[in-house]
Amino acid sequence: MENKQPSFYDEVKGNGISRKDFLKFCTTMAAMLGLEASGVGQIVKALESKPRLPVIWFHFQECTCCSESFIRASHPIVANIVLDKISLDYQETLMAASGFQAEEAYKSVMAKYPGEYIVMVEGSIPTENEAYCCIGGRSALQILQEAAANAKAVVAWGNCASSGCVQAARPNPTGAKPVHKVISGKPVINVQGCPPIADVMAGVVVHLLTFDRIPQLDGLGRPKAFYSRRVHDTCYRRANFDAGLFVDSFDDEGAKRGYCLFKMGCKGPVTYNSCGIIKWNDGVSYPIQSGHPCIGCSEEGFWDNGPFYQHLPNVKGFGIETTADKIGVGLGVATAVGIAGHAILTNVRKHREIANTPEKGSETQTPKEL
Amino acid sequence: MRSRTIPMREVHVWELPVRLYHWINALCIAALCITGYLIGDPPALMKGTEAYHNYWFGTIRFVHFVSSFLFFFNFLFRIYWGFTGNEFSRWYNFIPLKRCQWKEIINVIKVDVLQITNKQIDSIGHNSLASFVYFITFLIFLLQCLTGFGMYTAMSSSFLPKLFAWVVPFLGGDMQVRQLHHILMWGFILFAMVHIYLVFYHDYIERRGVTSSMIGGWKFIEEDVIQRHENKTDDCPKGF
Repeated sequence: MENKQPSFYDEVKGNGISRKDFLKFCTTMAAMLGLEASGVGQIVKALESKPRLPVIWFHFQECTCCSESFIRASHPIVANIVLDKISLDYQETLMAASGFQAEEAYKSVMAKYPGEYIVMVEGSIPTENEAYCCIGGRSALQILQEAAANAKAVVAWGNCASSGCVQAARPNPTGAKPVHKVISGKPVINVQGCPPIADVMAGVVVHLLTFDRIPQLDGLGRPKAFYSRRVHDTCYRRANFDAGLFVDSFDDEGAKRGYCLFKMGCKGPVTYNSCGIIKWNDGVSYPIQSGHPCIGCSEEGFWDNGPFYQHLPNVKGFGIETTADKIGVGLGVATAVGIAGHAILTNVRKHREIANTPEKGSETQTPKEL
Repeated sequence: MRSRTIPMREVHVWELPVRLYHWINALCIAALCITGYLIGDPPALMKGTEAYHNYWFGTIRFVHFVSSFLFFFNFLFRIYWGFTGNEFSRWYNFIPLKRCQWKEIINVIKVDVLQITNKQIDSIGHNSLASFVYFITFLIFLLQCLTGFGMYTAMSSSFLPKLFAWVVPFLGGDMQVRQLHHILMWGFILFAMVHIYLVFYHDYIERRGVTSSMIGGWKFIEEDVIQRHENKTDDCPKGF
């Protein structure tokens, strides 16, 4: 490193955040990451001493809702630093620079901090025709692959970068692909959600800085600290599920009493996220608390998993409004008709056989001859 | 009085472990399909009550999970028995690797399904078509165990379900796993319909006592079939 970079703590001090607030933030982060008490000290030390992470933040096929979510973190220290100061590095939405200056900024990060900088990506990458998303005359794919080559790690913000989101929904006209499918050889952290919870995003950044390695990930590349439990298992309405108390339609008696939204298509039972624990907007609420079923936005292909208000998805290739149950009942009826037809045929045959048996039969016969 | 004399012999076809397997499996499948269907599409039966008074849906799920463990170990046992049981329960009956098995499959389709000829089927245990269908159901059993325990890992920290943790990422997420699990349930229901009908059919037409054979283990087999079975020289599977 050429010159000493200010640490996170140096930066926030300059922004008028007190030591007390800083420590509160570190403690909150340790709790969210599931660390033991000694983890608090580690985070404090890391944020005080380590230089701010050099970050290149790309926006590809996306809506910037991940950035929007990030700046609404309940403890906005990390978001402030990453986003306020990031214009020093590269962030297309926020940076002041444009044109050649902007290109220069991101190239200088790559040149100055090889193997140290983090690439953060919002949005999916088109592969059907790379020209669908171009910045500065180069395609998203080229830019990402070049930047990722010398990065320490890649953070895929949100469902777009983690699994393609709505752009990758059928028929996926741009051939949109998530980050982990277009780069190789670099650790990719899928911070899922549409958008991800702000505090989860902050937690991932703090983890990267404190421990100098990527957090433990689940089978789908999501940090286990935030995505190891289902929305269903942390839902405050769970007792109603176990009791068999379900909302049958919006505004019915059950909805007023806060029954389980499973029959309204809630995807909580198949969705891994922290909504039920961390909640949104400084812990105010989350979709289910507001009376709406979970749509499963932190899961792969959630746009294609059938209507939001139907818990069983439609079966692809069978037209709309066709669930596995409808097909199953149809096949069941067809089978019953087949059985009935077969039984009639069998009885005709059997009748003939009985008629052919002699009244006073005693001679040895084999059924074949009958 | 219509009657006839046919030389027959009693053959001990299904050993006790096979029979036990069959009935445990049948009960498990019935319990799993009923509770599974309810879990997939629960009726909103109650209104105007509070959660702390009730636990019926939790009980439904509990029955489903207990049955699934029983089903799984019962299935494992049957695979083991396929290597140690008698000639009629051995694994080689279920996989049509030999030409004569395919020949019999075509015969069974002609005789029992389409009923266009009246030739006798010589098998003493399962016929080749039945065996092959059971082999397909075993594959469905396997997929159902994989998807079921795959979903179960999220709420369990015990050893067995953890072995299936790879299934969910492999299929892309819980939603996809649940959908497959649900579709396969219909495979069980359709199989059960046809299976029960065919037991009636075979008992009706062949009169070998196939229904009671799954209770007592013995079947009546025509003398000439047994002769052919014992003098068999080709390379067909033994239980065939």
